[in-house]
Amino acid sequence: MNNAQLLLDDPGWIITLKAVIVFAVCVVLTIMSVWGERRIVARMQMRVGPNRVGKFGLIQALADGVKLALKEDLIPAAADKVVFIIAPVISVTAAFMAFAVMPMTGPVNFFGEETVMQLTDLPVGVLYVLATASVGVYGIVLAGWSSGSTYPLLGGLRSSAQVVSYEIAMGLSLVSVFIYSGSMSTSSIVAAQQSTWWYGLVLFPSFVIYAISMVGETNRAPFDLAEAEGELVGGFHTEYSSLKFALFFLAEYINIIAVSALATTLFLGGYHAIPGLGFTEQWLGGWFTLVWFFLKVIFFFFVFVWLRGTLPRLRYDQFMQFGWKVLIPVSLLWILVVATLRLISTTSQSRVTTFIFAGVVVLIVMGISTAVDASKRKRAAHVYPEAAAPSFAVPSLPSEITTINVSNSVSDKGGDRG
Amino acid sequence: MFQIVFQTREAIVADQNEFQPLVNKENKDVDITSVAYEKVDQPGPKSLLKQAQGFWVTFITMFKKVNTVQYPEVKEPTAERFHGRHQLNRHPDGLEKCIGCELCAWACPADAIYVEGADNTPDNQMSPGERYGKVYQINYLRCVFCGLCIEACPTRALTMTNEYELADSTRSKLIFEKDDLLGPLRAGMLPPPHPMYPGMTDTNYYNGDVKEAHPSQEQK
Repeated sequence: MNNAQLLLDDPGWIITLKAVIVFAVCVVLTIMSVWGERRIVARMQMRVGPNRVGKFGLIQALADGVKLALKEDLIPAAADKVVFIIAPVISVTAAFMAFAVMPMTGPVNFFGEETVMQLTDLPVGVLYVLATASVGVYGIVLAGWSSGSTYPLLGGLRSSAQVVSYEIAMGLSLVSVFIYSGSMSTSSIVAAQQSTWWYGLVLFPSFVIYAISMVGETNRAPFDLAEAEGELVGGFHTEYSSLKFALFFLAEYINIIAVSALATTLFLGGYHAIPGLGFTEQWLGGWFTLVWFFLKVIFFFFVFVWLRGTLPRLRYDQFMQFGWKVLIPVSLLWILVVATLRLISTTSQSRVTTFIFAGVVVLIVMGISTAVDASKRKRAAHVYPEAAAPSFAVPSLPSEITTINVSNSVSDKGGDRG
Repeated sequence: MFQIVFQTREAIVADQNEFQPLVNKENKDVDITSVAYEKVDQPGPKSLLKQAQGFWVTFITMFKKVNTVQYPEVKEPTAERFHGRHQLNRHPDGLEKCIGCELCAWACPADAIYVEGADNTPDNQMSPGERYGKVYQINYLRCVFCGLCIEACPTRALTMTNEYELADSTRSKLIFEKDDLLGPLRAGMLPPPHPMYPGMTDTNYYNGDVKEAHPSQEQK
């Protein structure tokens, strides 16, 4: 009996209870991850992090939430009031919805009912996650637009452009998972990984592309350029305060958890134990799989924090170039390779065919990388490219300067200090 | 991946190995053909592995000892010469060193010090010699802790302590009066006013000839 069949005979009260649990898990995870992130990033910078509110500062995020809720809720005079209020609601709702299809445990006994900890199992579960992420973009765009202010508008446009472009790379990286598992349902993909290796290893390039694009998708460091606190005053949520801001904050962290959960499900075997520890899945009547699931999610979350602690922020054009000119073409090519390999193996061709194909692919990749290297070296040789003089006045290029003014700063002429 | 260092040919000839800043006697235009270019390699990450080293740095830092001092609970001593709250010192017999000369107030760039001097009388001898500081105020909302007052003080009456916890809730509390600034009475000191040490002049006081109070200085 697979997950979908197990879920089918759930009575209404179990579904309701699960919905509440999913909601609670999202909120609690957000609070814990805010605390965890601040503590971890602090340690990476040789600081301690929040340690005052509660034991080890554990309820710091809760205190922050209370503080936010008690703040004055401002709506700018220039704002479109209705949209301004709806935008954070859209954002946070979409974020919560994504978690509904995540299979968190294997079959367990839930108040006397044999079921799995998964709210619903759609045959197109992963597409549904991508869809909710896309709906979440509306929250960002509308928030930026309805604020009636320039910076939020620009920040909103940037954020949404970022999310939309990285969603393409993300979606493409998932295609090879679909090809290999033969399903778009999250639970079937988890089950499919049991028969082979985890897809994180089998489809390693997809995993890497997904891991990069999920950081871009959630607007997190080093791709947090659209809401760079130091430069853009927060981006699309500049004009938001109090609970509405808290909703955006909540949405951001739930999104992180959700993409981590999706990565766990699609690439790291979901709620299953790591290979060799399969016997632990029977512990606590199957509930121990919940521990495995959240261990993997926390691992991804740690990587998020690690990235934030290590990498400097990208420039917008670098970021967009990386997404469109590297990630998307590479994932398209990878899909071609995976599809061909899959076809070869399903039509049970001889192993020789597979190896020949693999060899050709390797040769092509090597050729491309050599060509790219050569063109890079060529470009590096031309420090100052020759260009025709434009019709308008421009400052002269360094290569055109024939004299330079060499001044001595301590000469008797210069400066008021002599 | 490289930067161009501008150098006159003469400078390079003068020292082939060591970079020297340009020292020209006056501003002049130098023909660019006489400038030698030197390519300087900047050590940057060469390979993917080198770039990944940054991740190792942040990871290993997590297990290092943190620099944070848990301040209100843990207080680390300041540097020895830290400029903290002021103190008005006493002579070893308890008389005040301040002579009310106002040099500290004059030296103060922030105008934080207010001094009012008065004459010592036989009944009211606060310091050796003629004058003493009757009113002495330091406004810690203005003080910048530059220490010029300490340098100005001719009798070493004013010095600075290492105390830095000076925050308070009202302005008036941050104007420190003479009582707040005076140093404590140590062993062998008598609370002024009291007569000077028998047979000693103010010069003797300044020279440090008075080591402690004499029993006759005690007033009934």
